[in-house]
Amino acid sequence: MSLEIYLDLFSQPCRSVYIFAKKNDIQFDYKKISLFEGYQYSEEYGKINLLRKAPAIKDGDFYLAESVAIMLYLTEKFHTPDHWYPADLQKRARVNEYLSWQHSTIRPHGSKMMWFKLLIPKAFGTEIPKEKMDNAVEDLNSSLNLFEEKFLQDRPFIVGDQISLADLVAIVEIMQPVGAGMDVFENRPKLKAWKDRVRAEIGAELFDEAHQAIFYAQEAVKTMDPEKIEHFKPKILRYFLS
Amino acid sequence: MAGRQAVKVYLDLLSQPCRALLIFLKHNKIPHTVELIALRKGQQKTPEFTKLNPMQKVPVLDDNGFVLTESDAILKYLATTYNVPDHWYPKLPEKRARVDEYTAWHHVNTRMHASTVFLQEVIFPMMGQPTNPAKFEKALADLNGTLDMLENMFLKRQPFLCGDEISLADLLAVCELMQPLCSGRDILKDRPKLLSWRSRVQSALSDSFDEAHSVVYQIREKFTAKL
Repeated sequence: MSLEIYLDLFSQPCRSVYIFAKKNDIQFDYKKISLFEGYQYSEEYGKINLLRKAPAIKDGDFYLAESVAIMLYLTEKFHTPDHWYPADLQKRARVNEYLSWQHSTIRPHGSKMMWFKLLIPKAFGTEIPKEKMDNAVEDLNSSLNLFEEKFLQDRPFIVGDQISLADLVAIVEIMQPVGAGMDVFENRPKLKAWKDRVRAEIGAELFDEAHQAIFYAQEAVKTMDPEKIEHFKPKILRYFLS
Repeated sequence: MAGRQAVKVYLDLLSQPCRALLIFLKHNKIPHTVELIALRKGQQKTPEFTKLNPMQKVPVLDDNGFVLTESDAILKYLATTYNVPDHWYPKLPEKRARVDEYTAWHHVNTRMHASTVFLQEVIFPMMGQPTNPAKFEKALADLNGTLDMLENMFLKRQPFLCGDEISLADLLAVCELMQPLCSGRDILKDRPKLLSWRSRVQSALSDSFDEAHSVVYQIREKFTAKL
């Protein structure tokens, strides 16, 4: 029985699952998919994940979506080191607290910056109205302020002295606007120090490898075939600019 | 757990996740005290409450000094700390994963879309903000998309969202889907599968469900009387 993991590393939650699996030497069949090309809407992918998002896994006859659920499942199944998702229920609750909070804060706010600063203007050729851009930047800054004030404080990692799933999920989301050319670490020395720590714990090589698509996003968008992503344009513009 | 002190929860029953938490505590007879925080009066913004929770949100749990926010984290903490029936948050990894999958998806799907309909139809007019018909149509369309997914994926071949028995997923979902009822709008009325599911969930929760939702019923009465 082989574990299949469906990933597009341009997507933040795909990166956290990829890094987690690799870091813990979990053997898996890497199924590379392209979200920009719309593979998630195919009939084939519908058999893997009806929510039509990435990442998703197929472990024998067991199918699972949602990166957080996937990683919790993998910690249990592969008996990964305790610090990722501590057995101590109060430490575990702290991890769950972050994993819950981030869905409607850091994740969408960071994601939006990639769309607003890079993809929509450069790939779709549509300008973002100033007010919407300013609001988006402010949202991200508010979330980052709360992140530093509540989740980091003076600790090396979110849940104390060791890296956990909370830090992993946080870092991949915070890196997304970086790929759009936005330096989120400027004037945030605490955040930068935490990022460097997390990258070192993961391993610089694995971290950088997982983030290749993001590091080259500004280059890649120049050579992106507009026809290939045209199908996305109405949906994306309606989602972000209506 | 013998000798365990009661937990304290900070709640506003107009808040969907607060209702889910209160129902869980009452249904499972977990000793607790409640401090009400009136969101409409801005009580979540006091220096005192902000010290407790810098996010200025409810619910908040204080378990004898251990302060925790985020309803799904709180529910999972209580489900694993107290001796509640396994079906709420199963121990078996494949079953637990189903609940984790739903509770993750819930945030920017069920919660976000049902909330938006409620905010636009009930709260914004109450605050004197004009309704934007185009935005409201979009909110309803987004919610319909979520309801389609609940029917076609989560409830495809099973009576509850994550299996044969009620879990934290159903509790969180039902509280969100009750919110638009404040304006008298029953978003499930043309969806027999979801109506059956809601009945099943209400049955499983009995008294604690209606008690927690009394504020919703009260608002509905006031709202529909005005029309």
